[in-house]
Amino acid sequence: MSTDYKYVPEPALVKGDHTFGSITDIIAKTPLSPTPKLWYLAFGISNLLLITLLGAVGYLIWEGIGIWGLNNPAGWGWAIINFVWWVGIGHAGTLISAILFLFRQGWRTAINRFAEAMTIFAVMCAGLFPAIHVGRIWVIYWVFPVPNSMAIWPNFSSPLLWDVFAVSTYFTVSLLFWYVGLVPDFATLRDKAKSKVAKISYGIAALGWTGSFRNWWNYEKAYMILAGLATPLVLSVHTIVSFDFAVSMIPGWHSTIFPPYFVAGAIYSGFAMVLTLMIIARKIYGLEDIMNIDIMEKMNLVMMVTGNLVAFAYLCEGFIAWYSGYIYEQGIFWLYATGPYAWGFYILMFCNVVTPQFLWSRKIRRNVALTFVISIIVNIGMWFERFMIAVASLATDFMPSNWDYFSPTFWDIITYIGTFGLFFTFFLLFLRYLPMVAIAEVKGVMPQADPHNYDDETKEFVKPKAEPAVVDQQTV
Amino acid sequence: MEAKDKHIHGVLAEFKNPKELIDAASAVEKSGYNKYDTYAPFPIHGMEKAMGIKESPLGWIVLGGAIIGLVGAVTLMVWVMAYEYPMNISGKPFINIPVYVPIAFELTVLLSAFAAVFGMFKLNNLPKFHNPLFNVERFKKASDDGFFICIEAEDDLFSEEKVSSLFSDAGATHIETVYDK
Repeated sequence: MSTDYKYVPEPALVKGDHTFGSITDIIAKTPLSPTPKLWYLAFGISNLLLITLLGAVGYLIWEGIGIWGLNNPAGWGWAIINFVWWVGIGHAGTLISAILFLFRQGWRTAINRFAEAMTIFAVMCAGLFPAIHVGRIWVIYWVFPVPNSMAIWPNFSSPLLWDVFAVSTYFTVSLLFWYVGLVPDFATLRDKAKSKVAKISYGIAALGWTGSFRNWWNYEKAYMILAGLATPLVLSVHTIVSFDFAVSMIPGWHSTIFPPYFVAGAIYSGFAMVLTLMIIARKIYGLEDIMNIDIMEKMNLVMMVTGNLVAFAYLCEGFIAWYSGYIYEQGIFWLYATGPYAWGFYILMFCNVVTPQFLWSRKIRRNVALTFVISIIVNIGMWFERFMIAVASLATDFMPSNWDYFSPTFWDIITYIGTFGLFFTFFLLFLRYLPMVAIAEVKGVMPQADPHNYDDETKEFVKPKAEPAVVDQQTV
Repeated sequence: MEAKDKHIHGVLAEFKNPKELIDAASAVEKSGYNKYDTYAPFPIHGMEKAMGIKESPLGWIVLGGAIIGLVGAVTLMVWVMAYEYPMNISGKPFINIPVYVPIAFELTVLLSAFAAVFGMFKLNNLPKFHNPLFNVERFKKASDDGFFICIEAEDDLFSEEKVSSLFSDAGATHIETVYDK
């Protein structure tokens, strides 16, 4: 028996026969051409939802958090679920822009701008919930260490305060990272724009960027440092969110597995959301050459891995409940599966444990319609995961005499639906006015960008030889 | 220098592709010019060697930001929790280092990120209100698919003819003098 080795080249990141110029054109076309009618329709619907949200929040501030379905054991309801869910969604953006950058994954360039925008708007939706949950939003500044006339200070030992710092740092750093990435692309739009208003506004945003190599040199350093900073940051944010639960004494919350379990879940739901949005956008904006099937497959693989990590965490929870010998931990696990919220538990199991198993099949990973369906199911599943954690653990705590059943009210539901209005209003503005793919970065990963792919004598481009990147082993 | 030359910013040459640009840049570097720069729509791999650029000092600026963030956060928390507003929270010590870790980490990252972004803009002299290169219509391609080198008139070795012939020897497709106004 002999073994025959064959070199298989990595598939090209950008499909089709593109030059640098045609890449600029297909991406810069959208912000610089007139607004399509469909965009107005989508924007109108988003604005209606946004107004709904503002109404719901206004009524909440007027009336107090009694309008929600919170009751005595379940003091944390939909607001906290939605907070964790939206923050989690944001994580995919930072993972794509920072962690995949450090791992030199060229395919990230197709989706990083898009995913980072999603991160920023998702964190905005998330940040709203704890802020309105405090009840008296007019004294929300008490969470910041601001010297005040009462001479009081926040309690730095509280995980809730850590969360204030974690989420606000996360938002700020994501915004900075996003803007740094946008600067060269603003310069492209400035140079391509025909109208005076567009020229001036993109010109201001581009800060006078010329593409000078001496500037690129500092720029690349800054980009790498930001990626290095954002990598531990993205892991820390959901870790600290999980501390909100894990540092307390409630059975089902008080568990050291929470940080890695939350981070894996966050990346899982985030990739699902990026896929949902990407599959729609690539079609509408004709970006199928850039956001292509190979990239979708890679994202599906990330989703499969993190989905299975989450499934493993559920398994660990059950094992630890049994192995610890702690009756309350065992009780809460039993109540998840058979108690008043068992319906939520089985939805969760179906969405988060069964669904990712379909992704073992390469055919399904490369099927756009099925991926879209799976991505929606995953997002529903991850919402239910947070529902089970927040509500089911609280509502059935130590003493059965204390138990109560939590049901959401009308205001819980429309506040949640309203946040989609906030998210899509910003997201549609982003799609309309900003380059939705990082133009400079996509050009940088094209084979034409590497001087090594040119002939030394004629200085003409030669297709890169198949690098022994993937070795396909065949037994003859 | 003649009075007329005062308005010259430099000579700009366009090249066909990244390979030609990098070869031209090393030719310019070898000829001993200092005040020149290359312009491309994306950073070109290996250009720093061709142009002889040293490591960016940005890392040190970020380290400064990180230290301010870390020391500031720990100082704030120790001062508040132990001296200014001590609170007995379930009998835990007032100076309780492990619980300061999350916020100390977050503020370190926050100030480092500010240092990285604003330090980078400062090192690059951005924002810049005007650049004589924008007077050249063709330079718009630098953010699209054009590859340029500009040797500035401030360079000691600068002379319009010499620079132009250097560029045409290197294979420039287009050579143009850039004026300040």
